[in-house]
Amino acid sequence: MGFVNMNIIKKLLLLVLAAPVVAMANEGLHLDKAPVNLNDKASLQRGAKTFVNYCLSCHSASYMRYNRLQDIGLTNDQIKDNLMFAADKVGETMTVAMRSKEAKVWFGAVPPDLTVIARSRGADYLYTYLRGFYRDDTRPTGWNNTVFDKVGMPHVLFGQQGEQVLHVEKHGEHETSKLVLAKPGTMTAPEYDAMVADLVNYLVYMGEPAQQTRMRLGVFVLLFLGFFFVVAYYLKKEFWKDVH
Amino acid sequence: MSSLTKLVGWIDARFPLTSNWKAHLSEYYAPKNFNFWYFFGSLALLVLVMQIITGIFLTMNYMPDASLNNSGVPVAFASVEYIMRDVPWGWLIRYMHSTGASAFFIVVYLHMMRGLMYGSYRKPRELLWIFGMLIYLALMAEAFMGYLLPWGQMSFWGAQVIINLFTAIPFVGPDISLWIRGDYVIGEATLNRFFAFHVIAVPLVLLGLVVAHVLALHEVGSNNPDGIEIKKNKDPVTHIPLDGIPFHPYYTVKDIVGVVVFLMVFSAIVFFAPDVGGYFLEANNFIPADPFKTPPHIAPVWYFTPFYAILRAVPPMFGSQFPGVVAMGVAVMILFFLPWLDRGNVKSIRYRGTVYKVWLGLFVISFIGLGVLGVLPVTPLYTIYSRIFSVIYFAFFFLMPWYTKIDKTKPEPARVTG
Amino acid sequence: MSMSEVDRSKRRFLIAATTAVGGVAAVGAAIPFVMSMLPSERAKAAGAPVEVDISKIEPGMILNIEWQGKPVWVVNRTKEMLASLSKLDSMLVDPNSEVPQQPDYCKNPTRSIKPEYLVAVGICTHLGCSPTYRPEVSPPDLGPDWLGGFFCPCHGSRFDLAARVYKGVPAPTNLVIPKHKYLANGRLLVGDDSKGA
Repeated sequence: MGFVNMNIIKKLLLLVLAAPVVAMANEGLHLDKAPVNLNDKASLQRGAKTFVNYCLSCHSASYMRYNRLQDIGLTNDQIKDNLMFAADKVGETMTVAMRSKEAKVWFGAVPPDLTVIARSRGADYLYTYLRGFYRDDTRPTGWNNTVFDKVGMPHVLFGQQGEQVLHVEKHGEHETSKLVLAKPGTMTAPEYDAMVADLVNYLVYMGEPAQQTRMRLGVFVLLFLGFFFVVAYYLKKEFWKDVH
Repeated sequence: MSSLTKLVGWIDARFPLTSNWKAHLSEYYAPKNFNFWYFFGSLALLVLVMQIITGIFLTMNYMPDASLNNSGVPVAFASVEYIMRDVPWGWLIRYMHSTGASAFFIVVYLHMMRGLMYGSYRKPRELLWIFGMLIYLALMAEAFMGYLLPWGQMSFWGAQVIINLFTAIPFVGPDISLWIRGDYVIGEATLNRFFAFHVIAVPLVLLGLVVAHVLALHEVGSNNPDGIEIKKNKDPVTHIPLDGIPFHPYYTVKDIVGVVVFLMVFSAIVFFAPDVGGYFLEANNFIPADPFKTPPHIAPVWYFTPFYAILRAVPPMFGSQFPGVVAMGVAVMILFFLPWLDRGNVKSIRYRGTVYKVWLGLFVISFIGLGVLGVLPVTPLYTIYSRIFSVIYFAFFFLMPWYTKIDKTKPEPARVTG
Repeated sequence: MSMSEVDRSKRRFLIAATTAVGGVAAVGAAIPFVMSMLPSERAKAAGAPVEVDISKIEPGMILNIEWQGKPVWVVNRTKEMLASLSKLDSMLVDPNSEVPQQPDYCKNPTRSIKPEYLVAVGICTHLGCSPTYRPEVSPPDLGPDWLGGFFCPCHGSRFDLAARVYKGVPAPTNLVIPKHKYLANGRLLVGDDSKGA
């Protein structure tokens, strides 16, 4: 590839790879980093419990089967006893009782299915969203959210987090807004953050339960292919001795 | 005589097995100086086979049904998640297919780049290039229709935007769009017919074109990085090109290495980053299609973005987006004419002058630049860049008869240089 | 050209090695595809064992349930019904259930675990219609020898109250008894007869 200046190629690559980052930064939305750790089975189990207790009453997770939770270290009996309220059989999917027509009337929008929400919104968004609710009496539910303006969802976990309000400060032309805890809940801020972290961790797992398997298998595949490469390369080199 | 030899003899008396083996493999003489750029033809064939196999298995469980199931989710979308979770190894088959689609375009673009650099489209390989371009068109159709099938937000709205382009055609536009969709909006009818095209019609066309492509190649023989015709120097006794080596075993053995390296990169993506930051599997496509909610940012998949950028760069004229559609169409179709636009007296970039090299460099930068801009939202600054790159893109082709003629070339060697 | 110095044995070895590794790769790649055709989680969940509350079935009554897409009958047989079973042996093709249409623990005169409860798959062994429950004795259309059982309307096959097939009818074998067990809470579990919870 002598004719193309490698420097140009490098600069081009940098431009191509930096472009999406630049595009994202223009969004103006700051998202807190979600501490996702799919190897922490205890965290995933706590998150599953929160999810089943608080989210499943309105949201479905209709592609997720209860018995898949064996992935995160639970037995079928544990799943049946602790996590199943709306279904009988452990092989069933996490569907919800509330029908979409009613939901539309009550909340203005159908609560979306959450099975792959972590893949469409991203973990950081969910983590910031679940900690970003604040009191807003202009809204029908009385709640608004910093990352999802005029959201139809009320703050389900307000008992634990407490009630936040949005403080807006003007510095000349510039406006900053801050969330301030007006009424405390049953948990301190770090405790609530940990609860949300577990829930988001669970949502990331639920978005793609095969993730861990996929990565473990990938190591073996690449090692095997590396070995295959060596064998194939020697075969090529041997035959090409003929060619001058 | 061994029983294998007898069996082959029996077949050969009834079917051109050995004669084809010789003509296309063991006695097909290819130039001995193929380099890195010559791996991508066999890799494209590999990806085609992989897509067909993974596609067949996906079709076993995918349902092209846009109606809502009991949970209010479109059946098509739910069937993809069913494959990802409930079908044993379904996730792997799905990721291989989605990665394969993007890999196909990476391989094909690099394959075409080789053609551009070494003049592989020049006489007597014009028809070979045309078959290749037809394959490219079929591939774009195949990818576009396949992308609708998961029935996510990007699937739906991407198809909506592209099919609406046809409405810009004067007089007949809206009727054509109605005919393509099979309905007034993209829905059940569209999904089912795109499924039929994607699964059987276009793959058959692709296979036929690939056979034609290889036959056209073997009829005239392969080009090489020096752009000289090896058939001009044949051994006086055997009539074998002096710079030729039999494809089998030399290039079969070399292509195996190419395949393994490709599979390493492919597997790294499939197993560790199948989303590729949202470029191979877009985040928005994990939201089921909603005809009443347009996503804030619709963009086609990365491999279409250069042409999308050209479409957006052209301002509306006489109240119509049609000029943009025409520009986009011309941007693709102009490639067909390459064999006749190039008036240079050498084939390979190795012997071209500075003028040509600058133009080719500008073309590559513009193509990549347009691709990046196609992913980004529309801003006044980006529109200016898109217009500059679009002009350069078209100039590369339209000015080619002139600059390839005035280009000061170097003398081509008589024998390949490796 | 030094073609004469080609190391044939080295080439043979390398070809063999590459073929072997390639073969492993091909098999490894094929496995997920072949396995993907096995029943999915959804199929397994749908085919899962069904728990049945049998406490509400009155003596002489039948309960129809669905298991693996098939109709399964649970009949609460009265003492008279059970007594009638032994009288029919001469009219039946396989009175002692020699043909393995039932689990071993149901190879008995009543073809059941608990004598009073018949659990049978309601699909005629002739061509797959679902027979009707005819518990009444000697109805006009079935004749004086009928002591209760199942009558298949499609081609006239007859089965007794232990789901055993009569002689001279199109159906060749007794109805299938699915694997089942009784749970600690008294319920019937159809489709599973494993020991333990």
